[in-house]
Amino acid sequence: MQMTLAINGADHALDVDPRTSLLDVLRDHLDLTGSKKGCDHGQCGACTVLLNGRRINSCLTLAVMHEGDEIVTIEGLGTPDALSPLQAAFVAHDGYQCGYCTPGQICSATAMLAEIKAGWPSHVSDDLEGAPELSAAEISERMSGNICRCSAYPNIVDAIADVGRDRS
Amino acid sequence: METSLKMDVPVQHSLLDSTNQNIISRPIDRVEGPLKVSGQARYAAEFKLPGMAHGVLVGAQIGKGSVARIDAGGVEAMAGVLGVVTDFDLFLRNSAQGMATEAPCQGVREIAYFGQPIALVVATTFEQARHAAQALEVTYEKGEGRFDFDAEQGKAQPKDSTLSSQGDIDAALAQAHGRVDGVWTTPSQTSAAMEPHASLAHWEGDSLVLYGSYQMLSTNRMQLADALGLDIEKVRIRAHYVGGGFGAKLGIAAESVAAALAAKALGRPVRVVMTRQQVFETTVRRSNTRQRVRLAADTDGRLTAVAHETLTANLDGEDFSEPVSAATKFLYGGANRTFGNEIVRMDQVLSGSMRAPGEAVGMLALEGAMDELAEKLGLDPVELRLRNLPDRHPGSDLPFSSRSLAECLTIGARDFGWPRRNRQPAATLDGEWWIGLGMAAAARSNMLIKSSARVSLQPDGRALVETDMTDIGTGTYTVLAQITAELLGLRVEDVAVHLGDTTFPPASGSGGSFGAASAGSSVYLACEKLREAIAGQLGGDVDTLVLSDGMARMGNISVPLADLDTGPLDATATIEPGETGENFVQAAFGAHFAEVGVNAHTGEVRVRRMESTFAAGRILNEKTATSQCYGGIVFGIGGALTEEMIHDTRHGAIVNRDLAEYHLPVNADVPQLKVRFLEERDHAANPLLAKGIGELGISGAGAALANAVYNACGVRVRDFPITLDKLIADLPDLP
Repeated sequence: MQMTLAINGADHALDVDPRTSLLDVLRDHLDLTGSKKGCDHGQCGACTVLLNGRRINSCLTLAVMHEGDEIVTIEGLGTPDALSPLQAAFVAHDGYQCGYCTPGQICSATAMLAEIKAGWPSHVSDDLEGAPELSAAEISERMSGNICRCSAYPNIVDAIADVGRDRS
Repeated sequence: METSLKMDVPVQHSLLDSTNQNIISRPIDRVEGPLKVSGQARYAAEFKLPGMAHGVLVGAQIGKGSVARIDAGGVEAMAGVLGVVTDFDLFLRNSAQGMATEAPCQGVREIAYFGQPIALVVATTFEQARHAAQALEVTYEKGEGRFDFDAEQGKAQPKDSTLSSQGDIDAALAQAHGRVDGVWTTPSQTSAAMEPHASLAHWEGDSLVLYGSYQMLSTNRMQLADALGLDIEKVRIRAHYVGGGFGAKLGIAAESVAAALAAKALGRPVRVVMTRQQVFETTVRRSNTRQRVRLAADTDGRLTAVAHETLTANLDGEDFSEPVSAATKFLYGGANRTFGNEIVRMDQVLSGSMRAPGEAVGMLALEGAMDELAEKLGLDPVELRLRNLPDRHPGSDLPFSSRSLAECLTIGARDFGWPRRNRQPAATLDGEWWIGLGMAAAARSNMLIKSSARVSLQPDGRALVETDMTDIGTGTYTVLAQITAELLGLRVEDVAVHLGDTTFPPASGSGGSFGAASAGSSVYLACEKLREAIAGQLGGDVDTLVLSDGMARMGNISVPLADLDTGPLDATATIEPGETGENFVQAAFGAHFAEVGVNAHTGEVRVRRMESTFAAGRILNEKTATSQCYGGIVFGIGGALTEEMIHDTRHGAIVNRDLAEYHLPVNADVPQLKVRFLEERDHAANPLLAKGIGELGISGAGAALANAVYNACGVRVRDFPITLDKLIADLPDLP
């Protein structure tokens, strides 16, 4: 079926099977292969993209549901020659190894920092009302929907903390 | 130019210790980093070819028996379906074992395990293929399977090549001042690399090009060619980026041959990506193990006996058995020694190599037993280990090539604050958490595998490295660029490294912690040859040649590399293992120290702090090496606390075949780890004087946690993983 999706600031007219997930549209129809398929079941986070500024698992949603939404993928955050601050921090802190979960980690972290800034509490927050701290525990907790089997977790935390500190 | 080196004698001097580009070992960023963080690094399933069709594998829904009939008619009439492809003779039944040079077990009419691929449904789109694959009607003849390890273990058969014995274990145990005799068990585990296995196959005439997700391309090519009955020259594999492997991609898996046959049959490129469930069910697992460890010590705390005997499982016809006692054989002394594996034949998915096959689970038992022995002897666990480091291999009497284990133990203990540990279990509370400290040694055998590379100096003065080596997250692109830059006096950005294509010289591949040292040594040798050629062009002795910052200097001569005669200026080099591999015990060593909390009410275990000190010869890049160690340590956390693949004893199916139910460590399970490397050179290992590091971190890490759990709450668990149900009944009452 026909649909138009707004991705990384551009409209894309598509004619795809209604069963197609947002992730498969990105990867197979638009060649935006930065979003990864690790499990196709919303269990690993490798497919994380930003939907109207919030992080979602793009494998768990059908593309047809997202006409009118603003979708941003890893390709929309920065390019090799113009990395976003988080992308650059992941390189500097070695916040990856094989790189397969990395775009999802970075999309997730991008939205996560906004969630902290907006004052959303997490399971490890001491106070549900006050502004959450950007502690290692908060970052780890909030990034636990993104699995990294290479286990770059300590470096991912450092990379995010670096960027978060600069912003606050 | 060609050159080669067989490591028959130690390398007395490495050029890396006398060049002055000052780039080797430095913690530089990964050279491919910007591509990975921006989503531009392209993995196997991400290449697009005109007319590409999508294939979805269909797996057997019985655990043992045979396929009576595949009724493809209904599926072939479904929208978009291009064909149901199967080949009862050629489809792979099992994945290939690492480094195999022939095809693995083929033939899928017989069902050897639940989920075994039997057919491939190909359609124009992925959605059509997935739907049709689920609808395919298969009729089976059910057979009798062996799905219950406990029921089958009495039929275990010895693996003769693993059996060794010296002295009299029983007599030594009888006379011992302190002894441990226990059974440790570890469950099936899975590598769970984040990128599922994927192959995109297309034919150029009678030649196959396969984009794959594999670790060892030169042998993967042999396996694939043999499976398809092709000359090896007719097979090309490309794998420029690989989303993790950890053993599961050492050998080719079912999707490769299925994609190749479908592409041939349909006359168009076919892509096959395994679902996550298929990765669990049909690739390869680490076998569950049942390990009996016996230790005996005299009144001085010196070991008199070490025995480590193991049951592992595998399919009929598969010889692999987790080499569980690999490190036990050389880590500690003791005159009386017994080792050996027995294999239990099970109708469950192939057992093979997963990160640190052997040490990863074997050191859980050995280092747990050492902790128990230390307690019985009233000795500090660090001291017990220091007292039992043998001067030479306790069995073969060979010397160690290098071993800084004592330094790792003592420096690690000091930095961690180990002396402040309360030796009494269940003595420290922090709120509702019992706090404990534990430690374990780390050891992982070092290997060198034949590997070739070509290095060319380009007309613009830059260098190009080409080898079919892979980078599976291991840092290969970066360390090969660093070695080349150091030896040719270039900036790293002036070295291009091209990997992952079998049209390049064949490399060791990534596995067994030998990749960086093996592929790196071939690059070293090629650069050494280029240095000689450059010296020749300048008309002098290579010993007086200085290459730095893009300039070649010799005496009063100073020439930019770009001004040299490069038409052509290249060298292809091969490193081979030799007698130093037989005349020395080669291993990397370390020591883990961990602090855990055990919840006094629930038995939940949290890792609070973990510090590890390693010595592995020259560290080629401190940043990527540290990350490798983090990765290994976190694998150890998973193995100790959460990871367990559960097989249904009725039909062998894996019950928890996804990432929600197979519990990998997530970010919140891992504290900010600390890793330190000690300075070391290993002259017997290779010209880099480096040892492997990819699996050292996992070795012993879980044991340090298990020992810390005991120190925290006084409950000793020998049945991994240490989940809360195994602790809760025996937790001490809160004061």
